[in-house]
Amino acid sequence: MRSLISRWLATSVPLVFGVSMLTFFLGSLVPGDAARAILGLNADPDAVATLHHQLGLDRPLWDQYWSWLIRALHGDLGTSVASGSEIWSDLGARLPVTLWLIGGSVLVAAIVGVTLGVTAALRAGFVGRLVDVVALLGASVPVFWFALLLVTVFAVELRVFPAIGYVPLSQSPGQWASSLALPVLTLGLTSSAAIAKQTRDGVRTQMQRDYVLMLRARGVPERTIVFKHVLRNAGAPVVTLLGLLVVGMLGGTVLVEQVFVLPGLGGLAVDATRAHDIPEVQGVTVLFTMIIVTVNLAVELIHRGLDPKARA
Amino acid sequence: MSAAGTAPGGARRVAGSFVRKPLSTAALAYIVVVALCSVFAGILAPYAPDAEDLPAALTGPSWAHPLGAGALGRDVLSRLMYGGRVSLLSVLISLGVYLAVGVPAGMIAGYRGGRIDRLVLRVSEIGYCVPAAILVLVVVTVMPADESAAMVVLGLSGASALARVVRSATVGVRGELYVRAAVANGIGDAVILRRHILPRVIGTVIVQASLFGAAAVGLEVGLGFLGLGATGVSWGTLIGEASKNIGNQPWLLVPSGVLVALYTLSLGLIGDGVRDSIAELATGPVPRNRRQGERADASDRPDAEAPPKATQPDTEAARSSRITGALLTVEGLHVAFPIDGVETEVVTDVAFAVRRGEALGIVGESGCGKSVAAAAIVGLLRGGGRVTAGRVLFDGDVVFDAADDRAGRSRKPDHKQRALRGGRIGLIAQDPISGLDPSFTIGSQIADVVRAHRDVGRRAARERALELIAMVQLPDPARIYRSYPHQLSGGMAQRAGIAAALAGDPDLIIADEPTTALDVTVQAEILDLLRGLRDSGTAVLLITHDWGVLADFCDRAVVMYAGQVVETASVRGLLGRPQHPYTAGLLASNPHNAVPGEPLPAIEGAVPAPGDWPRGCRFADRCALVTDECRTRPVPLRTSKAAVPGDGAPYLTRCVHADQVAAPLTSPLPTIEGRPRVDAV
Repeated sequence: MRSLISRWLATSVPLVFGVSMLTFFLGSLVPGDAARAILGLNADPDAVATLHHQLGLDRPLWDQYWSWLIRALHGDLGTSVASGSEIWSDLGARLPVTLWLIGGSVLVAAIVGVTLGVTAALRAGFVGRLVDVVALLGASVPVFWFALLLVTVFAVELRVFPAIGYVPLSQSPGQWASSLALPVLTLGLTSSAAIAKQTRDGVRTQMQRDYVLMLRARGVPERTIVFKHVLRNAGAPVVTLLGLLVVGMLGGTVLVEQVFVLPGLGGLAVDATRAHDIPEVQGVTVLFTMIIVTVNLAVELIHRGLDPKARA
Repeated sequence: MSAAGTAPGGARRVAGSFVRKPLSTAALAYIVVVALCSVFAGILAPYAPDAEDLPAALTGPSWAHPLGAGALGRDVLSRLMYGGRVSLLSVLISLGVYLAVGVPAGMIAGYRGGRIDRLVLRVSEIGYCVPAAILVLVVVTVMPADESAAMVVLGLSGASALARVVRSATVGVRGELYVRAAVANGIGDAVILRRHILPRVIGTVIVQASLFGAAAVGLEVGLGFLGLGATGVSWGTLIGEASKNIGNQPWLLVPSGVLVALYTLSLGLIGDGVRDSIAELATGPVPRNRRQGERADASDRPDAEAPPKATQPDTEAARSSRITGALLTVEGLHVAFPIDGVETEVVTDVAFAVRRGEALGIVGESGCGKSVAAAAIVGLLRGGGRVTAGRVLFDGDVVFDAADDRAGRSRKPDHKQRALRGGRIGLIAQDPISGLDPSFTIGSQIADVVRAHRDVGRRAARERALELIAMVQLPDPARIYRSYPHQLSGGMAQRAGIAAALAGDPDLIIADEPTTALDVTVQAEILDLLRGLRDSGTAVLLITHDWGVLADFCDRAVVMYAGQVVETASVRGLLGRPQHPYTAGLLASNPHNAVPGEPLPAIEGAVPAPGDWPRGCRFADRCALVTDECRTRPVPLRTSKAAVPGDGAPYLTRCVHADQVAAPLTSPLPTIEGRPRVDAV
């Protein structure tokens, strides 16, 4: 356990630093001057120069990064160039939306994907091939296009879910669930395709293993064999894949939050990008990286739980 | 060696196999057609990309606008064609960077190893963890309205994953003989990488590139959709436009969406096609040709029109193998497996019976059908195997009848066999460790079997499991209970396997070579354990190829050859006076009877493969006593008339010349080929 944590720290800490450094130096390449951007085009050159100095923009780049890093470690990510608000509070306000979206999508992807995968593995013929086709389609359809399709069907035609907007959980749990339904289905269903494929292959491989034959020979019921033994053994690669899918989903939130007008981190990233708001983009990127390393740790821990050899 | 100069020309053969797949070829054609339409949009498109036709604005398909018209009446078809220029160029840029960075980095890391290898792995790990979409957004912030920079970064981000894959493929190829030979011949690294390694990893690269291409299309379109991508018309901006007008004209979503979805789908299909072609190359054509050749041989055989068929059981054999009051009776068992698409019988007309408390051995060379016959009893044939004829009776009950199965009289043909498993018949595996689920403790696996057969609670099942673990003489049962299979030695795992087999209190244990995978000293202990079981009244069906084990353990034995029973007798009878040349040959080649300083006699030749069995005696080609009579017609299993030492059980043998084989057994044992002892009789 201790070795797992230390190994995780050894990869994660440099990773978060690396990403923050990368965005920082990329950001410094932006043409134009943040001081001028804040004060406007018609500002007095002296005022611009003063702000320039105040913002520390005249200091060497590594020095600027260093002070950003020190402040960041104290929980201060600076202020948005575009809105002037605290980046930390921007992120804090939007994080729950994205976490609900990702969490719900992972749940949908896992449930739908594993169900489809097991069905396809155990039923040859038509059902199996149908799952194959669905999996291929799911992996091919652009996320936002699928989102628009869901909006057309469920919001415009059937009017069961709202097309856009977000209602916080604290305000109304029912409306909250309803406002998240389509975004979660979009990300969840498109990701479930890959899970279904992996589950199907894994279950098929496991069903051929000797222990399955011996469990049958010992009279263990088939249902127990599939749902207890086979799924457990086929589970580790599925969990790994889910972890990778979360990385993809974080990218997907950028598009999905745009389509559904959700006030999440992805939307923040797009808005900041459009406004060339480097500190904000940097804050989002670092937060995303931290989410990813946390997910990686979760994947490792689940692997430990699933595989007794990893526990040794 | 001359092979050193030539890498196996994998790429071309993969390509050959690829074009034979209709779906993959269609996908490739689609990609090419769409690309051509974009390149020649200037000639092919019916309208200019921004030509306006206001009356037609936001309409569905029509003669004037086959795919409808968008805002301001711009023709969707034309705009898709022109849009492809932007979108596909972007994808090409990222794909180019992806390949140009990922392939060399991976190949050099895999070929050189050491520090470069670690560096590449480290960097690729970082690339793994940053969502490409976010990275691209950062770049778009820095360099707005210039999509190519974003696509370069996307290519770099993907290349980190590609390098990893190429690296492992290269590591695999590097160790191969022809590469090592090329190194030894002093060929330069660059040449080896290009001429010997690249052709072998190129298939993997194509698979990865197709997947990456699909992702790149998705991302490029996404950027266009968000309005962050290239200015001007592209597939993404067209979907963006459609989404703005979703309330007025939902049709607009269809052409752009379907075009892009099909494009990604096609890339995925190409990847699948290449992957399958590589897999076929690794396992496919060579053996398939060989088997086809064999089949051609078989159909040339004069008796090919009469292959061994599942007809009526060999009646005398069935009658004389029957033992009244037997625990297990197998009658006229035929088992077939699909071999290269043709259902081929591998076990024909096997009959035997096991009495209560008796130990019956089944002995024979590998591939004689011993294990298949045993698996058929409990209905656990793998690999598409099927019982084509015969019956299995347990405790006087018919538990399986192929006639019922064929007539479709029972919907679940094996439900009676299922009921036997664990509770009446226990099975012990050859490889004890792989017979246990690696993810669960020994104790929980045994307790599960207890609960499957007894209506007891968790606690009681646990107590019983601990008892069973103690019963198979494993030390410290509480610790073993908590152990996982990988923590046990082979012998311990086999004891655990026996405990699991006993958990349902079976009347019969089928042990399929239970000691083959174990050390000699452990073998004896396991046999002692089984002997203890037999002594306490459990019948044992032991499958073995070891005469020592058989002589030591069994009361009676069935000798199998090429899917047939060739002898059934008491062990004393078999060992004392074998009546079949095969049995005699097996006994002679038994290492236990070896004479120091003299070569161990062996039966020359090999067991004929299923489907290649001769019409007459299946042992004829390896037999020294063979005469024309042996070859003309099938030899029935008959009761031997020779006086045999034994307990009075009938001695059944399947040899025309049984009386000539029956030589008193002395050391050295008679060999079959070369120095027959026929004249000694």
